[in-house]
Amino acid sequence: MAYKNYILVCGGTGCESSKANDIFENLKKEVTAANLDADVQVVKTGCFGFCEQGPIVKILPDDAFYVQVKPEDASRIVSEHIIKGRPVAELLYDAGKDKGRVRLKDVPFYQKQYRIVLRNCGVIDPRNIDEYIARDGYAALEKVLFSMKPDDVIDELKKAGLRGRGGAGFPTWQKWLFSQKVQSDVKYIICNADEGDPGAYMDRSVLEGDPHSVIEAMMIAGRTVGAAQGYIYIRAEYPLAISNLEKAIDDAREYGLIGKDILGSGFDFDIEIRLGAGAFVCGEETALMASIEGQRGMPRPRPPFPSVKGLWGKPTVINNVETLANIAVIILKGGEWYGSIGTATSKGTKVFALTGKISNSGLIEVPMGTTLREIIFDIGGGIRNGKKFKSAQTGGPSGGMITEEYLDTPIDYENLQVLGSIMGSGGLIVTDEDDCMVDVAKFYLGFTVDESCGKCSPCRIGGRQMYDLLEKITKGSGEESYVEQLERIGHAMKRASLCGLGQSAPNPVVSTLKYFREEYLEHINEKKCRSGKCKDLLKFTILPDKCIGCTLCARVCPVNAITGEKRQPHLINQELCIKCGECYTSCKFSAITRS
Amino acid sequence: MPNATETCACAQETDEQKYERIAEIIEGYGAQKTNLIQILHMAQGIFGYLSLELQQFIADKLRLPLSEVYGVVTFYSYFSTTPRGKYTIGVCLGTACYVRGGKKIIDRLKEILNIGPGETTPDQKFSLEVMRCIGACGLAPAITVNGKVHKQVNADKLKTLIANL
Repeated sequence: MAYKNYILVCGGTGCESSKANDIFENLKKEVTAANLDADVQVVKTGCFGFCEQGPIVKILPDDAFYVQVKPEDASRIVSEHIIKGRPVAELLYDAGKDKGRVRLKDVPFYQKQYRIVLRNCGVIDPRNIDEYIARDGYAALEKVLFSMKPDDVIDELKKAGLRGRGGAGFPTWQKWLFSQKVQSDVKYIICNADEGDPGAYMDRSVLEGDPHSVIEAMMIAGRTVGAAQGYIYIRAEYPLAISNLEKAIDDAREYGLIGKDILGSGFDFDIEIRLGAGAFVCGEETALMASIEGQRGMPRPRPPFPSVKGLWGKPTVINNVETLANIAVIILKGGEWYGSIGTATSKGTKVFALTGKISNSGLIEVPMGTTLREIIFDIGGGIRNGKKFKSAQTGGPSGGMITEEYLDTPIDYENLQVLGSIMGSGGLIVTDEDDCMVDVAKFYLGFTVDESCGKCSPCRIGGRQMYDLLEKITKGSGEESYVEQLERIGHAMKRASLCGLGQSAPNPVVSTLKYFREEYLEHINEKKCRSGKCKDLLKFTILPDKCIGCTLCARVCPVNAITGEKRQPHLINQELCIKCGECYTSCKFSAITRS
Repeated sequence: MPNATETCACAQETDEQKYERIAEIIEGYGAQKTNLIQILHMAQGIFGYLSLELQQFIADKLRLPLSEVYGVVTFYSYFSTTPRGKYTIGVCLGTACYVRGGKKIIDRLKEILNIGPGETTPDQKFSLEVMRCIGACGLAPAITVNGKVHKQVNADKLKTLIANL
């Protein structure tokens, strides 16, 4: 039955934390109260991507895009828009001075996007298998089961040129082929949903918003390589994604799409969920397998590669969520179609989690080859609060910085590597002039030091040594020789660490040293942090000629380091000052300097 | 097979009943050691933390040495070997939250609660945790209270949030 209107409420983790559930319930109540249940369907979908503006409500077919909706707005959305046909203007997205309030098709955030992976996110109800099927869901599986041979599938993937979206960019067809060729009674398919890269959440969104696309792809992989069992290894930190996945697996089983003799083809396949337990290193494939086996998640040397000798010693294909979400579309539309999108070496699209000091935070999907400038300024709306762009960080703790002069580079695997960064899983964190690059490098290294499993010494010891050097630099006791030491240790870690975590851990430091060396030297030689992030290098002083003695700074100072009479210039006791900056941010007369 | 998220401990059970429930879960998993991590998740859901006694119980049921169970428990940051407060406040220090002021949030919470990360207030009301990216980067800086995400937190919001708990 077709409805006259569809009201889509974003039910991703982001919007849900801003009461999207209440909005959904209220909308349903209003629709029922207005006796419109037969004409209007209210659907809770996966993430729309534009998290900055959440919670978001879309109305189809009118193309209305309501942002920052509150639960109490439900009544006017129904009474005004649905009943009277008059969109609620003030809830529509405001695209700025010239454009004003616009419809969905004119929202700049979406204009340069191309959605393959996120095709169903924000469109269907992820907890309703029928909606997935209505959007060609499981049609690819059917095609693979009944009209394609395993070699045809691998051929199609080869034509498509799909490469792993988890970080390294290894061709997917090769992984599948290696596994297919190995003779073995048992083989496994693993979906790596241990998305630990800080600043990336595309996998979470896909699993929350379109879990069946991943399940279908795992079955296609199973059929192709000859595996009958799949595991989805997912972070315990993603409760909504886990819940939607569980529901999807149950429903698929009920429909005979998972289990024995699927669709009467004689093909058996089952899927189990395995929860991670908060260890970043488990995103590394051999560590992940150890964790599924119930052990400490420690990596082991490769080769043998998992495709040959993986889970419980059996051939195992491990693909990440975003990679898998591409598979069904490739099967249906063909490898040539997919291969026509993107650059010479990197095909298709890439999802980025655009975060940090950017105006429009959110999840975006663009064709490979889009430039960073387009992503940051056209889609992302530029830097927040009119600040100046400093760098874009890709690849998380394994990646590097990209500076202003390289913003026009088309993004693909190779180009990012040339710039000293990596594609990684697609985190894209924008920093502005207020961020200190030494501090950011220290942040990433702190992360990898914390998450190092400790098995191999280059990573365990090298990371700690580098971190200590950075700590000294940011505290004002750095020496010029540290720069060279950092580079030397970083080089050793890259060469000698056992797994990707240790091999790539020095990247943020090496990359900031390359592009922001002068900032390091400033910290070391002048004991100065230009952005004011390294507190130990700061000194706050009150300008007597500007201070009117309002006493505000003295009142906000948490350690009572500021003294002075009312209406008289105040003074900061430098020995007591903990450099928290409260006085600096609270002064209304610009009477406090930071140097 | 038991449902992976079914770990509700809201029922007022005695310790004995809780142990019984865990024994059933282990049986449900066929007492296989490969399911150790899933079992630990559920056991922690039931008891709130994994005491040494509980680890011993699980080790016996799975015919594993205690050292192996302990090794796994301490490897993963999600598992806790000490009791948690009624409310666990997790501060995200993923990159997006970090550059948008996550560190200030943790400093302020330390002041308000008078405990450090990994600690619990003496009245057992609050535990403070540092989290590595909860995937809510569009909402930075974000915190979680018993798993529920709160977005764009600042010092003022924190005070009201905690006062309302």
